[in-house]
Amino acid sequence: METKTKSRIIVFVAALLVWFALTDIKNYQEVLIGIAISLLVTFLTGHFLVTTEKTQHPVKRTIHFLFYILKFVWEMIKANLEVAYLVIHPMLPIKPGIVKIKTKLNKDSAITVLSNSITLTPGTLTVDVNKDKQELYIHWINVKTQDIDEATEEIGNRFEKTLTEVFE
Amino acid sequence: MTDTIGIILICIGIAFDFLGVLGLIRLPDVYNRLQAATKCVTFGSMGILLGVIVMQGFTSFGFKALIGIVFIVLAAPTAAHAVARAAHRSRIPLANVSVVDKYEEDKELKDETLKEEVEV
Repeated sequence: METKTKSRIIVFVAALLVWFALTDIKNYQEVLIGIAISLLVTFLTGHFLVTTEKTQHPVKRTIHFLFYILKFVWEMIKANLEVAYLVIHPMLPIKPGIVKIKTKLNKDSAITVLSNSITLTPGTLTVDVNKDKQELYIHWINVKTQDIDEATEEIGNRFEKTLTEVFE
Repeated sequence: MTDTIGIILICIGIAFDFLGVLGLIRLPDVYNRLQAATKCVTFGSMGILLGVIVMQGFTSFGFKALIGIVFIVLAAPTAAHAVARAAHRSRIPLANVSVVDKYEEDKELKDETLKEEVEV
């Protein structure tokens, strides 16, 4: 099947499901309007969702994605406790700076998810992405190392392996 | 029972929102403040919305809260990245305690190569 058609079908089904969840359906009119609006959304934006064929099996990717979400929530809780500690501490023990890390991912979606995850995890915030060189600039609230490889190990690697499984 | 769990979640959310605001006041420069603002406020708002979901169950109301969580998780870090990048591009300096700025170094290199290209 052509990629664009596949993408449109996925968007249509997703939009319809979201519509059903959002409205308390009382009669057929609401279903008809839902189908009409889903079709509109599908024709306007349907071809953006899936742009490339994935090599991995979809079930395997879903399992990896769920695993990723669990890992992400855990890292997020840790991040919040760390920031809470820093903010409450009377001396403000911070040592901020902007470091550079490397990434092996090269898909737009994968890099977006990686940089968003880095922003929401302990002490790090993505400032900019250099897609050609596959580098990320990270503002780190407590710089442990300025070396690019050690920083990559410290910041990026905990998500990168799972994300490779999901997006490549 | 679900009401109690929901209220506890909402209280946790409000506590983290408060810590985020405290960080916004106490930390020294725009980048550090963004760190506190994005992390704590995202987590805090997620806690509040999660509390709403637990209290309401999976009705259309609870589902709206769930969609709210998804949008916050997607939008908050993106906005933080945009603000940080814009701040750096308009030459807002890092706080004095900062130890390294690799972004600035690379940007200067890029500026120099640009100048050379113009001269040639």
